[in-house]
Amino acid sequence: MADAAKMQISDEVAIQITGMNKWYGQFHVLRDINMTVQRGERIVICGPSGSGKSTLIRCINRLEEHQQGQIIVDGTELTNDLKNIDKVRSEVGMVFQHFNLFPHLTILENLTLAPIWVRKVPKREAEETAMYFLQKVKIPEQANKYPGQLSGGQQQRVAIARSLCMKPRIMLFDEPTSALDPEMIKEVLDTMIQLAEEGMTMICVTHEMGFAQAVANRVIFMDQGQIVEQNEPKEFFNNPKSDRTKLFLSQILGH
Amino acid sequence: MAQGFTRTEILPALPPPITERGAVKWMRENLFSTPLNIVLTVLGALFVYWIVASSLPWWLNSVWNAESLSQCREIVQAKAGEGATGACWASIRVWWGAFLFGFYPPAEWWRPILAFGLLFAALAPVLYAGQRGNLTLVLGVVAAFLLVTLYLSQAPTSAFVMVVVLVAGLIALAQVLPGKLLWFTLVYPALCFWLLWGGSIWSPIVAMAGFAVLYAVFRLTSPLIGLAPAAGAGIVAAALWWLYLDVPLLSALHSMLPLEIRSINSDQFGGFLLATVIGVTGISFSLPIGILLALGRQSDMLIVKTLSVGFIEFVRGVPLITLLFTASLLLQYFLPPGTNFDIILRVIILVTFFAAAYLAEVIRGGLAALPRGQYEAADALGLDYWRAQRLIILPQALKVSIPAIVSTFIGLFKDTTLVSFVGLMDPLRGVTTILRADINWKGIYWEPYIFVGAIFFLICFGMSRYSMYLERKLKTDHR
Repeated sequence: MADAAKMQISDEVAIQITGMNKWYGQFHVLRDINMTVQRGERIVICGPSGSGKSTLIRCINRLEEHQQGQIIVDGTELTNDLKNIDKVRSEVGMVFQHFNLFPHLTILENLTLAPIWVRKVPKREAEETAMYFLQKVKIPEQANKYPGQLSGGQQQRVAIARSLCMKPRIMLFDEPTSALDPEMIKEVLDTMIQLAEEGMTMICVTHEMGFAQAVANRVIFMDQGQIVEQNEPKEFFNNPKSDRTKLFLSQILGH
Repeated sequence: MAQGFTRTEILPALPPPITERGAVKWMRENLFSTPLNIVLTVLGALFVYWIVASSLPWWLNSVWNAESLSQCREIVQAKAGEGATGACWASIRVWWGAFLFGFYPPAEWWRPILAFGLLFAALAPVLYAGQRGNLTLVLGVVAAFLLVTLYLSQAPTSAFVMVVVLVAGLIALAQVLPGKLLWFTLVYPALCFWLLWGGSIWSPIVAMAGFAVLYAVFRLTSPLIGLAPAAGAGIVAAALWWLYLDVPLLSALHSMLPLEIRSINSDQFGGFLLATVIGVTGISFSLPIGILLALGRQSDMLIVKTLSVGFIEFVRGVPLITLLFTASLLLQYFLPPGTNFDIILRVIILVTFFAAAYLAEVIRGGLAALPRGQYEAADALGLDYWRAQRLIILPQALKVSIPAIVSTFIGLFKDTTLVSFVGLMDPLRGVTTILRADINWKGIYWEPYIFVGAIFFLICFGMSRYSMYLERKLKTDHR
């Protein structure tokens, strides 16, 4: 399976980050990040907390602003130009740790809101797309409930479907399973694996090393705001080069 | 001696014991739980008995028909014996018109009544958006209310025709396109203004056309120069319309087709008519202004933020009465000589600003209560600022703030009585003082205040109940 998926990676560049730096006040959170993501790649970013991995992917759709360097997403450079930002955001889907569904809207309304208002899709069509993706994440029967009535795993799958309804070309996952009970993690990971198999370009910040081994074609390890090591999953897990990576892996795989 | 245990069948659920159920449990827990509570319960019951026992005869001996306070007292003495006291509601009966309308000419009472009835027809599409059943019900009640009250106030036939046509049209519209009823809500302010103050029918139409100009300029220029500059251009165009085109156009139209009703001066307004006019206008305009101020206060743009903070802090830092005096006295000094800027309008503007400043802080609290994730999710989906605010942020922030918003509205409505300080005839001080100065009713004090208090209570309680209904209806968190 992994080999078949590898075939889908094209030479086309989806995301290009060069010499990127970011500070929170005096604190240097991201230091000289250089990274290229090919279309169809599935990248897992891991690292200890506070290492800047969430900040990095939040820079990719400009939820965080970078101060130095260049980020080009799908040929559009992220600058202060609001038009560029909106363009990138409508092409890049994001799934959050705490789902961030809109609690005052039904599941169906959550899914159709952005297509209707941003993409100007007719309501009827948006609802059909929404139902298609709800079926895909296996909860079409919840369409008319409110987010508060769903379990955490179901909410996260709705959040994934909500991003997919915008037909994004790139998906960002910011610790999508960290807020879930253990028994619900699998249903969310299954959805993500399914997505990966369909050739979606994905960047996932996660501690699910099993997921990384099964799906990722590249693992990036970050510490103190820097990319410390990146490699294919097999090499990364079996033969880590840096001491920092070895320590991290021994800590999370130790028991 | 650890032993393995496996449950083979699930125990059935049993009802709780009798002492844990119903009235017995409630009384035990709430009235007689500790010795101190028992004492307090008994004292409370005695206090209630004392209040009822001492005031009940006064209520039971109420007199509804009398010419004066002394006649009232004679009737009470004759009925209940020497030394008995009784309420004299006859005073309210005699001064009923002033309590409701102030010095508004009785022949024209049908106009405020009509405006009041139509107010609910205009509110219904906002309060019960799209609910066909509720809309029809409200419109039906409005129609019934108007027909009865207009008959009682001896309205001219033309008013009846107008009511029947208008309400029938609205009910028909509610069946076909309930969403379009909002158009009536938009037109209502002009209609209401015309009904209350009278004059040429063209003046509200020409004034409303200013808003149409604003919208047209905004729509035409926004694709060219962006949203905010287009809004500015629209406002400038509308201001020019009102300053330079309004009056000549009005006189031209009026000379072509002179349709008018008797015009009524602002100093003839009074009583609950005045309170309602100020209260309702203040409430409906302060909410949008308050929302804009709250958003402005959170804005990243320095000038917008500074102006919003400055406005909010200044207006909140000054007593309402100061603002009212400003409205009645100071504004005149700043306006060009000879300008006739209506006193009620001035008061409405300042009351609106006052409430808007409070609402802005209330809504800011609601905005702050939202998790950051909601903003981020809206951003990540590519919604721009105004769409994110309108579709995601404000619906939730306003929902959280409903109780506080309604409190502010209730406060605003009660504060309308303060306009008596600038010489307007509010129901509490204005009308009551006139009643008590009447030679026939000299010495009366409980009845008018109780009456005014009861009406205020009914209106405010109504608002409070509606807010609770709204909270229940909008509750989606299922916690």
